[in-house]
Amino acid sequence: MDIDLLSRFNAARTGRRPAILITPLDAPGSPQRLVGPSDDMTGDPLADDIARRFRSGKSGIVEHPDGTQLFLTVSVPPPRLVLIGAVHISQALVPMAQIAGFDVVVIDPRTAFATPERFPGGTVLAEWPDDVLGEVALDPYTAVAALTHDPKIDDAPLRAALAAGCFYVGALGSRKTHGKRRDRLLEAGVGTADFDRLDAPIGADIGAASPAEIAVAVLANIIHALRKGPEAAS
Amino acid sequence: MQSAPDANASDPLALAETWAREGRDVALATVVETWGSAPRPVGAHLVIDSEGNFEGSVSGGCVEGAVVAEAVDVISTKKPAMLEFGVADETAWRVGLSCGGRIRVLVEPVTREPAPA
Repeated sequence: MDIDLLSRFNAARTGRRPAILITPLDAPGSPQRLVGPSDDMTGDPLADDIARRFRSGKSGIVEHPDGTQLFLTVSVPPPRLVLIGAVHISQALVPMAQIAGFDVVVIDPRTAFATPERFPGGTVLAEWPDDVLGEVALDPYTAVAALTHDPKIDDAPLRAALAAGCFYVGALGSRKTHGKRRDRLLEAGVGTADFDRLDAPIGADIGAASPAEIAVAVLANIIHALRKGPEAAS
Repeated sequence: MQSAPDANASDPLALAETWAREGRDVALATVVETWGSAPRPVGAHLVIDSEGNFEGSVSGGCVEGAVVAEAVDVISTKKPAMLEFGVADETAWRVGLSCGGRIRVLVEPVTREPAPA
């Protein structure tokens, strides 16, 4: 493999950009190439295979129509969870999600909530979501859960998460609260199909009562969306 | 899902780049196919230098020795090689996978100039 190609592949991986390295197996030493999910694959006989691999995240061999084999080294970002609200549920959800393998970020502009004492390990940002969602780039490998009950804090990141195609978007609140949220978000230009992707009332229906139990219910639905959602591996 | 490169540099692809940029001659081994019970998944990497130093894993320890030896050849010839290991292989008495699986491993040099035509 050419060192510059390897550098480009690694840069994509560190930058949370999906990438697939294509290696012909039948002609040793023939050129490899790197593709991204937004590359124009029109006319490429491997386009369907590549699109499927970007969804599944799995590396493997594919057959070219000419009968040769190619190996696809697939890199998709590790799943990430962005929590809006440094609330009690988040305090339970952060360690649970970390154990399950997620990178976790908590965002809450209320400095009384967003303290390092309540969220050890540098996971919390005491900022308005709008101010930090530029650097915490939302992408299809990110889940977002809005947990503050406060539309001033929750609404903007919910819209951003739906627009970015995050694989899970959930919002805390009663059915009544969610009805008002629907009015506000549709008014703000969110499409009904997008809005209906919201997990609300949030979490798996397991009768969760305490903040920690609600955290389990939310994590369950996030994992369900990751592993069994429309974009998950077949 | 494959993990992102590790900040503490135990990631084989990141190490392959680092080692090659340091001027070391490097080969990269990748599990391209598995049958039956295999200890490491398709896409697992091992990085090797010409001194036989290595990092990563393609089998959890069963065949790394043979892959490293082959990689030193690949580094000197600059030609990729495809290796196959398993209990069905005639080399099973020498190196093999005790779990009963079979794996195919691509070993390729990391080149600092365009590959020879």
